[in-house]
Amino acid sequence: MIAFGQFLEVLIGGLMSGVLYSLVALGFVLIFKASGVFNYAQGAMVLLAGLALVRALDLLVANGFPLWVAVVLAIGFAAVIMAATAWLIERFVIGPLVNQDALTLFMSTIGVTFVIEGVAEMIFGSDVYPLRLFPTDAWFLFEGLFPGGILVNKLDVWGALIAGILVGGLAIFFQRTKTGRALRAVADDHLAAHSVGIPISWIWFVVWLVAGLVALVAATVWGTKLGVQFSITFLALKALPVLIIGGLTSIPGAIVGGLIVGAGEKIAEVYLGPSIGGGIEYWFAYVLALAVLLVRPQGLFGERIIERI
Amino acid sequence: MLYREAGQFKTTYAEDMAIFPIRQDRIALAILVGIAFIGVPLLATFHVWPFGSDYLLWAILLPFLILALAAIGTNILVGYCGQISLGSGAFMAIGAYSAYKLATGVHIPLASLGFAIAIPPLPVLASILLGGLMSAGVGILFGIPSLRIKGLYLAVATLAAQFFFDWAFLRLPWFTNYAPSGSVNAPELDFFGVVVRTPVERYLLCLLFVTVLAVLAKNLVRGNLGRQWMAIRDMDIAAELIGIRPLYAKLTAFAVSSFIIGVAGALWGFVYLGSWEPLAFSIERSLDLLFMVIIGGLGSIMGSFIGAAFILIVPILLNVLPTELGLPLSTQTITHLQFIIFGSLICYLLIKEPHGFARLISIGKEKLRLWPFPY
Repeated sequence: MIAFGQFLEVLIGGLMSGVLYSLVALGFVLIFKASGVFNYAQGAMVLLAGLALVRALDLLVANGFPLWVAVVLAIGFAAVIMAATAWLIERFVIGPLVNQDALTLFMSTIGVTFVIEGVAEMIFGSDVYPLRLFPTDAWFLFEGLFPGGILVNKLDVWGALIAGILVGGLAIFFQRTKTGRALRAVADDHLAAHSVGIPISWIWFVVWLVAGLVALVAATVWGTKLGVQFSITFLALKALPVLIIGGLTSIPGAIVGGLIVGAGEKIAEVYLGPSIGGGIEYWFAYVLALAVLLVRPQGLFGERIIERI
Repeated sequence: MLYREAGQFKTTYAEDMAIFPIRQDRIALAILVGIAFIGVPLLATFHVWPFGSDYLLWAILLPFLILALAAIGTNILVGYCGQISLGSGAFMAIGAYSAYKLATGVHIPLASLGFAIAIPPLPVLASILLGGLMSAGVGILFGIPSLRIKGLYLAVATLAAQFFFDWAFLRLPWFTNYAPSGSVNAPELDFFGVVVRTPVERYLLCLLFVTVLAVLAKNLVRGNLGRQWMAIRDMDIAAELIGIRPLYAKLTAFAVSSFIIGVAGALWGFVYLGSWEPLAFSIERSLDLLFMVIIGGLGSIMGSFIGAAFILIVPILLNVLPTELGLPLSTQTITHLQFIIFGSLICYLLIKEPHGFARLISIGKEKLRLWPFPY
C-alpha cells in the first residue's frame, strides 16, 4: 500500500508538471498550425512575459498600489509588451520570410530568441525574480488510505485549472469567432485564404499575439514555481518532445503529450533513475518522443502526413 | 577582366569534370592554400604582425579550422542530404570522448561473463580516427529514424541524441575515467614521435586534417554518393522511384557526416581545449553548427568555411569592439548587446539571402565574369 501510495503521488506530481509543459507547448502548436513556423522563441517569449510582469508588479507594489490593482495593471502591461513583440516579429521577420523553407524559418526564430533574450534582460534585468501569484504550499490527500497521505502541490492544481480554461477558451476562439475561423483557413492553405480576402499579415499578428498571451499565462505559473529567470527559456526545448508526442498540429495533443511526458519522466526518474545514475529526466522525454516517432510519425493526435509528387 | 574563361578550352571529359574547371579558381585556391600552409606558420614563427602574440592563432584560427570541419560534416547531412540535425554537438562529444577513452586505454569489466574487454592505450592518430568511426557508428544508429520521419520531426529525434549523450558523459563516470571533477585531460599529442605542442604546430595539425577531409568531402559530394544524397534531399519519394535506396543514401550521409564531426570533436578536445567538460559540446554547439551551415550556404563546402568564420568571429568582434571604441558599457550590457546584434544579424542575413554566403559568392563570380558590362 505504501508503494502504491508513493506511485500515485509520483504520478500525480508528474501529471501536474506535465500540464506546465503543455502550457509552453500550446504556444508552439498555435504558431505551427497557423504559419508552419516551428517557433523556437516560445521559451524566450515566456521569459519576456514573465520579466515584464514581475518587474511591473514589483514597481507598482513599491509605489503603494493595492495588490489587485497592481496585478491587473502588470498583466495589462505584459500583454502590451507581448503584442508589441508579436507585431515586430510579424513585421520584420516572419513577413519577409514568407514561403521560405521550414529550416530557414526555424533558424530565424532562433535569431529572434537571441534578440528577445538580449532585450528582455537589458530592459528588465537578469536576476532571479520571485513571483507570488498563486499559493505554493501543498495538500495532503487520502491520509486515511495511505500513511502520510498523498502530497499534491496547490500550484500544480492551479496550473492544471488554468491550462483547462486556456484550452477551452482557445477552442471557443478557434471555432466560434470570425478571426478564429480565418485563422484556421490560413492554417489550412494560406494562399487560398489570401485569395478569398483574409488579411494574412493581420492573422499572423493575431497568432503571434495569442501565442504571446499563452506565454504570459505560462510565465505566471512557471514564474511562481521557479522564479522568473533565464533558465525558463530552456522550457522551449522541453516542449519539443511534448509536441512530437502529441502531434504538431493538435491542441489537445499538446495537453495529452505534456501529461505523458510529465508523468513518464517523473516515474522513470523515481523507479529507473537510481539504478543508472539519476538525472534521466534530462533526456527521458526526448527518447520517449523518438520512440513515438518511430511508431507514429505524425504523433498521437497529429494530422496524417500525406505526400504527393 | 581577370576572371575570364575565354581561351580555356577543355578537350577531355576529365578536364570538364574537374573540381575547379576555371583556371583563376585554381590559382586563387593555390594562393590560399600556400598562405595557410606556409605564410601563416612563417609569420607566426617570427611573430610578425598580425601574429605578434599567439592570440590570433589560438583564439581564432584554431577554433575556426576545427569548427569549419564540423560544419562541413553538418553540411553533408543537412545541406546535401536534407536531414536536419540538432545533434551535431553530441557527435562532436562522442568523437572527443571515444578518442579520449581509446587514447587512455579501454577497460570494460564484464564480471557476469567472467572476463573483461581491455584495449591498451592507442596512439593519438589512431584514437582520433577511431573516435570518428565510433561517432559514425552512433550516427548510423540515430539516423535510422530518418527512414520514417523527416524535416523538423527528425530534428527533435536528433535532439534525443544530444541530450542523451550530454547526460551520459556527465553522469556515467566510466567515460571520464572516474575523474572526480568530471573533466578530462587530453593525452600528449604524439604523432609517430613528433610531439605537437606549440600553437603553430597545433594549427598545422588541424590544417592538415581539415584539408584532407575537406577534399574528401568535396569529392564525395561530386560523385555517385553525393548525387544520391542530393536526390534524396530534393525529393525523397521521386529519388526512391528512380532507383535510389533511401536506406543506403540516408545512412551513408549520417555515417560520413558523423565521422567528420566526430574527428572535429576529437580535435576540438585534444588540440584546442586540452582538457574539457561535457558542457563543451552542449546544444548551443549544435545550434552554432547549424547556423554556420545555413549562413554559409546549404550544400556548399566553401560555404561551411565562410559560415564557420562568420559565426565564430562576429561574437568575438562584438565583444571586443565596445572596449576598443572606448564605450563605457558594463560587461553585462555588452553580453546583452552581443545577443541582440547577433540575433538581428542572423535574421537580416536569412531575409536578405536565404541561400547564404555561398550564393553571394556565386553571384559575385557571375558579375566578375561580365565585368565591366552589366550583362
